[in-house]
Amino acid sequence: MATSQILIAGFGGQGVLFAGKFLAYKALTENKQLSWLPSYGPEMRGGTANCSVIISDDPVGSPIITTPDCLIAMNRPSLDKYVDAVAPGGMILVDSSLISVEVERTDVRTFYIPATKMANDAGFATLANMVLVGKLIKESGVVSFENNKETFEKFIPAKKANLIEINCQALQTGYDY
Amino acid sequence: MVVFEKPHALTDAPLHYCPGCTHGIVHRLVAEAIDALGIEGKTIGVAPVGCSVMAYNYFSCDMIEAAHGRAPAVATGVKRALPDNIVFTYQGDGDLASIGTAETVHAAARNENITIIFINNAIYGMTGGQMAPTSLPGQVTQTSPYGRDPQLCGFPVKICEMLSQLEGPEYIERVAVNNVKNIKKAGKAILKAFKNQTENKGFSLIEVVSTCPTNWGMTPQDAMKWVDEKMIPYYPLGVYKDRSAEKAEEGK
Amino acid sequence: MAEKVLMKGNEAIAEAAIRAGCRHYFGYPITPQTEIAAYMAKKMPKIGGTFLQAESEIAAINMVYGVSSAGFRVMTSSSSPGVSLKSEGLSYLAGCDLPALVVNVQRGGPGLGGIQPSQSDYFMATKGGGHGDFRMIVLAPASVQEMAGLTFKAFELADQYRMTAMLLADGTLGQMMEAITFPETEVRTFDKPWAVTGTQMKRPHNIINSLALVPDVLEKMNFDRYKKYAEIEEKEPMYESYMMDDAEICVVAFGIASRVSKNAIMAARAEGIKVGMIRPITLWPFPTKALAEAAQKCRAFVSVELNMGQMIEDVRLATGCARPVSLCNRAGGMIPTPDHVLASIREANKGGN
Repeated sequence: MATSQILIAGFGGQGVLFAGKFLAYKALTENKQLSWLPSYGPEMRGGTANCSVIISDDPVGSPIITTPDCLIAMNRPSLDKYVDAVAPGGMILVDSSLISVEVERTDVRTFYIPATKMANDAGFATLANMVLVGKLIKESGVVSFENNKETFEKFIPAKKANLIEINCQALQTGYDY
Repeated sequence: MVVFEKPHALTDAPLHYCPGCTHGIVHRLVAEAIDALGIEGKTIGVAPVGCSVMAYNYFSCDMIEAAHGRAPAVATGVKRALPDNIVFTYQGDGDLASIGTAETVHAAARNENITIIFINNAIYGMTGGQMAPTSLPGQVTQTSPYGRDPQLCGFPVKICEMLSQLEGPEYIERVAVNNVKNIKKAGKAILKAFKNQTENKGFSLIEVVSTCPTNWGMTPQDAMKWVDEKMIPYYPLGVYKDRSAEKAEEGK
Repeated sequence: MAEKVLMKGNEAIAEAAIRAGCRHYFGYPITPQTEIAAYMAKKMPKIGGTFLQAESEIAAINMVYGVSSAGFRVMTSSSSPGVSLKSEGLSYLAGCDLPALVVNVQRGGPGLGGIQPSQSDYFMATKGGGHGDFRMIVLAPASVQEMAGLTFKAFELADQYRMTAMLLADGTLGQMMEAITFPETEVRTFDKPWAVTGTQMKRPHNIINSLALVPDVLEKMNFDRYKKYAEIEEKEPMYESYMMDDAEICVVAFGIASRVSKNAIMAARAEGIKVGMIRPITLWPFPTKALAEAAQKCRAFVSVELNMGQMIEDVRLATGCARPVSLCNRAGGMIPTPDHVLASIREANKGGN
């Protein structure tokens, strides 16, 4: 039974939920079972936000992730909060443009990606989230890297279709890092 | 030749109201308006909680009994579902101006296309004569045995004055039924309030200054006098808002 | 087959309601169910329906009462504190035998409480929800698919039995997205000759009313209503039986608690513990028979709940206290982890026989 439990955490406004949504739609297009669960609270922007995505070959039990296989940490508080929860053998992706500390654990695979800087440099400043997701797909293989455009089309409204291209670029940038 | 007959929109059920109570008069005026407009078959009335709780037995049209104070919300639901029907509520002062103030104000603010008949007799009748939101300063009731003291229990709520401040409502008028002349005026006002709805003009509320001889502890005649001497000076009669007339005036 | 789509649980309820023929929605903002109102606000004007943000929860439920009186499918949704406000209207709907759908996406209480998921309105939903003798049909979805499916079911049951159906969900189910398909079955509709639609001068007036001042008349209304309830208790209980064939330990959980419990049951099975689950889908009528049967062969029961132990009372009643029933719970917006449930299963497995 292959099940991936992916926790994406950061500040509100960093696109944590959007990144999770992309993975959820990828899973949908690949006929996998999935759940997507956002944290919700009074802070709309600037507070902590996280998103739990479970992708599985079997029906998903609890949508709540207590021991993620994969953590994307987009700020320091999120890394501090969840670093010890990651399953041994799991993976941690750190946005090293925003987080200057290193992960001390040796039983997990850790990747440091200066995602925010890469996104800024490449001209899609708000898409560090997708850079990290690109890297996640490369390292985990949880979903394929094909048909990304079609996946975006499923949930980006037509009037914002111009954003699809740069989202694909951001994914590619992370995938190639 | 028939010189006097019961309006068709009233059923044959005998009214349960006390002698000298003006609910009967107002029921008749409402029924006459429904008859005059020929709308009985598409009218849905909403009865309140209070003395007129059993109004659903007295009107021949379809009727709903609402929870205390909620008639404007219930009427809103009915009117939204059946916009071509005519929907009215019939409510007393405790129902409309105390427990149901929010529902009243917001139905008015939305200019909900309904008609509200508001009976203000300055007392809770059905429960035996307690202080109402419209009881006058100094008025003795079961729960203001030393007279309503505004320092302790605040001032009466003047619904017409209050609602006419809103942009929403189409028509707000206060009438009385303590003499023939006033009854005729009240009949006209109530007819207008229904007609407005048939013309999709929106929210119309007619406040009817009424009597409660039983709980006021008066004879029916004295009660009528008390309306003239005490009620009407505090609750002046007249049109408080008439948007269509205002528009017509502006257009001149 | 219809296309699979991703939706939040709250949106699935709203979309299903529209597909079930509901054209009138009244609500008031409250977390964590506001997506339902937002969805309705967007959709209803485009299909000639009503979306109205009421001035209060009380007004909203009374608008529902009005629309239902007129014979149309209608709904409101809220979360725990808001449902408390609706309780007056729920009682009136029951007293007038009016159908309606009320959604409660629960949050922790009492009082203003929190906004995180909870199941602490079990008592409120299943034991009445307002003054007077009455019941509501209470449906407890455990997935986004069921949020949709049970919405259809709720409208049908409400119309069929002329009573309120409540969808009792929680913040997690409301906020989470899963892949779902909408059933393409035809919507069942019901004649409503009792509705107030205007006499058209062709029939005596209809009256929607719950006032009955003569005690023996009111008593008869209550007895008649309870005959209907007895029929529902006989015909309508729904539950999922999960790994119960050889189960010696029976977990009882609904909604999100059942999802967590499934993880724990898998883990316990891996340890060799013969455990299964009965998941009530209708909380009222409660699947009493299924639990009574389970009590014939299971040694112990574990009630897993996001409250201080509410459903456990019904589990004890259903099993006639023949077996020990333990509580595995978190409250206030906390959710038990699979490990927490697993520990309770192990504990139950140790005792008895």
